[in-house]
Amino acid sequence: MSTANNPYLQVSNLRVKFETHDGTVKAVDGVTFSVEKGKTLGIVGESGSGKSVTSLAIMGLHNPKSTLLQGEILVDGRNVVGMPDDKLRLLRGRDMAMIFQDPLTALHPFYTIGRQLVEAYRVHHKVTKAVAKKRAIEMLDRVGIPQPQRRFGQYPHEFSGGMRQRAMIAMSLINDPNLLIADEPTTALDVTVQAQILDLLNDLQREFHSAVILITHDLGVVSQVADDVLVMYGGRVAEYGTAQQVMKLPQHPYTWGLLASMPSLRGDPEADLLPIKGNPPSLLNVPPGCVFHPRCRYAMLKGGPCDREVPELLQLRTVDEPGHTVACHLPERQRIETYQEEISSVGVAQ
Amino acid sequence: MTETVDAVQLDTGWKAAQGEPLLKVENLIKHFPVRGGMFGSKQHVRAVDGVSFEVRPGETLGLVGESGCGKSTTGRMLVRLLEPTSGKITFEGQDITHARRGQLQRLRSDMQIIFQDPYSSLNPRHTVGTIVGMPLKVNNINPPGGVKKRVQELLELVGLNPEHYNRFPHEFSGGQRQRIGIARSLALRPKIIVADEPVSALDVSIQAQVINLLRDLQRDLNLAFVFIAHDLAVVRHFSQRVAVMYLGKIVEIGPREQIYNRPAHPYTKALLSAVPDATRLGESVGRIRLQGDVPTPINPPSGCRFRTRCWKAQDICATQEPALSVKETGSLAACHFPENAVLIEN
Repeated sequence: MSTANNPYLQVSNLRVKFETHDGTVKAVDGVTFSVEKGKTLGIVGESGSGKSVTSLAIMGLHNPKSTLLQGEILVDGRNVVGMPDDKLRLLRGRDMAMIFQDPLTALHPFYTIGRQLVEAYRVHHKVTKAVAKKRAIEMLDRVGIPQPQRRFGQYPHEFSGGMRQRAMIAMSLINDPNLLIADEPTTALDVTVQAQILDLLNDLQREFHSAVILITHDLGVVSQVADDVLVMYGGRVAEYGTAQQVMKLPQHPYTWGLLASMPSLRGDPEADLLPIKGNPPSLLNVPPGCVFHPRCRYAMLKGGPCDREVPELLQLRTVDEPGHTVACHLPERQRIETYQEEISSVGVAQ
Repeated sequence: MTETVDAVQLDTGWKAAQGEPLLKVENLIKHFPVRGGMFGSKQHVRAVDGVSFEVRPGETLGLVGESGCGKSTTGRMLVRLLEPTSGKITFEGQDITHARRGQLQRLRSDMQIIFQDPYSSLNPRHTVGTIVGMPLKVNNINPPGGVKKRVQELLELVGLNPEHYNRFPHEFSGGQRQRIGIARSLALRPKIIVADEPVSALDVSIQAQVINLLRDLQRDLNLAFVFIAHDLAVVRHFSQRVAVMYLGKIVEIGPREQIYNRPAHPYTKALLSAVPDATRLGESVGRIRLQGDVPTPINPPSGCRFRTRCWKAQDICATQEPALSVKETGSLAACHFPENAVLIEN
C-alpha cells in the first residue's frame, strides 16, 4: 500500500462521465488511489468496470468534447485534470507513457519501427536523428529484440506478436518515463510469450524505477507482478490493498467471485466453479446502493443498506496491517468467516 | 508414419477396457498452400502434420497449445468444415474422412461445433428461435410437440429464458450468446461436440458460468467433447484426457493427472510453468522461461520441432524426429530426453 507522503501519481475522487444518445454513462464514479515510484499497482476488473477509462483519463487521452472529468489526478504534484492540451502533451510520452493491449493497432503500419521510435524520442529531446537512432537501437536491444540494427528498419507487420509488444514497450520507455501504464499488455499473447513480457516489465521496472499501473482481468498476472491491487466494479473501487492482503484475505464478494470463477492448476479439477450469477451492470443505469448487490450472493441485507446506500471504502479493523480497504455492507467478522468457510476452497482461491 | 500408428495402438491398449472409441483420428494432415519463396514457388503451411488420437463416448479430450499449433484446424477437420489433406477420421467405425453431402448431413447431427466468437457465429438478422431451430429445419426433423416447443426446451436447458424465443442476438450479452450457440449445437442431440475456445472471449465470471453449464450438460447427456483451448487451467478443469500440440503435432497425450502433475515433454512443462498462478504469490522459483517465438509452420525445424526453444536439445534432436512413446510418467510423449520428475504434488 502506498503510504509514503509523496506518491508519484495521486488520483483523488476521479469521476468520468460520457454523454451518449441513450443518456449519461458514469464510467468511473469516485475512484481514489496512488502509486509510488518503483511500485506496481494492479487494477483488476472485467469489461465495463472502468479500469481502462481510468487509465485513459490519467493520460489525458479521452475525448474532451464528450467526456466530463471531475476530481484530481496529480502527476508528480501537477493536476492533469483540466490541463491545457499543449502542456499535457509535454508530459505525455516523457513523464508518463502507455502500453496498449494490441500493439498492431497502436503502431503505425506505414512507418518502420525505427522511425516511430526515433519520432517518440525527438518529440521530447532536441537531438539529431543519428543520436535518436542510437538510442532507439539501444532500447530495442534492452527489451530483448534480437538483431536490433536490422529490426530498426522493419515494419510492424514483420514482427511477431510478442516482438511487437516488445517494440511497444521500447517506445514507451524511450523517454525514461516515471509513470508507465500497461493496459492488458499480455492479453493478446500466448502464455509462454506472456511470461517473457511480464518478466521483462519486472526487470525494466527495477532498472528504471518507474511507477507502473498494470491493468488486467487476470488475477494470476496481478499476483505475479503487483505490489498493490485495486479491484474495480461498475466504475467504483470494490477493494484496495497490498497484493498480499487482497490475494490472501480478499474481503469483497466480487473479489471472491473472481477468485472462485478461475479454474486453477492445482486442487480438485472435478470441483465445480462458483461463478458470479448474472451480468455486469449497464453503466447507463447503475443499480442503486452497492453496484454489485444484484449479483451478490451475500447481499442478505436486501431491504437493508445493500440496495439503498452506496457502501463506503473502509479500512479493515480486525485483521492484518493497515491499508486494506473494502466497500461492502457486510459486517467484517461475517465476511472473514464466509471467506474462510465457503470461498477459500474453490478455484484459484484454494 | 508407422511410429504414429503404433502410438495410437498404445493409446488404445491403455484404454481398451472402456470400449470402442467414438471418434478415431489417424495421422491427420492438413497443409494449406501459400505463395512464397524465390520465384513464387509453391509452399505449404503445415498446419496439422500427423495427428492421431481417440475420443470415447462421454469423455472429453482437451487440445491445448499456443496460437498456430494447429488445434483449431484439427477441430475444423473433425467436423469436416475443412477437408483433410490426408489421414483418416473414423466416427463410430465409419470412415468419414472424405464424406460427401448425404453422409455428411447424417454425420453433422451426431457431431456439432461451438465457436469462439459469440458475436460472429450467430446470424444477427435471425431470432433466437430461428437460430436454435435451424438444425431441426435443415434436417427436416419434426420433434413431438413442434419445433418451437423443442427450441424452448433447449433454451431452458442452457439456462436462458424460453420466452426470449423471439429476441435477436444483439439483445443478449456475450455469455448469453454463447449459451445460444450451445443450445443450437444440442438441437440434434449430438454424441460429440467440438468446442473451439468456447469461453476465451468471455469475462472471467461469465467464463465460469459457461464452463459449469458445459460440465452439467456432459454429465446429463453423456456427451463427448473435443475441447480446444489455450488456457491450461480451463482445459484441466474440463478434460479427462489432454493432448498438447506444438507446430502441428501432438507432443504429449495422456490422462489429465499425468499431463498436469508429471509432464514428460519439456514443452508441456514449460507451458505449465508459464501460467501465472494466483495461488503462487510473487513466487518465481523453478519457472522455465522459453526463449523466442514459435517457428513458422511453413518451414518447421528438422527432427523435433520444439528443439529450437528446448533447453535440453542435443544433436539427435535435429536429425531424428522423436515418436510418441510411453514415458516413465505414464503419458505418451514425443521426446528424446523426457522429464520424469513430479511437477505438482496433490
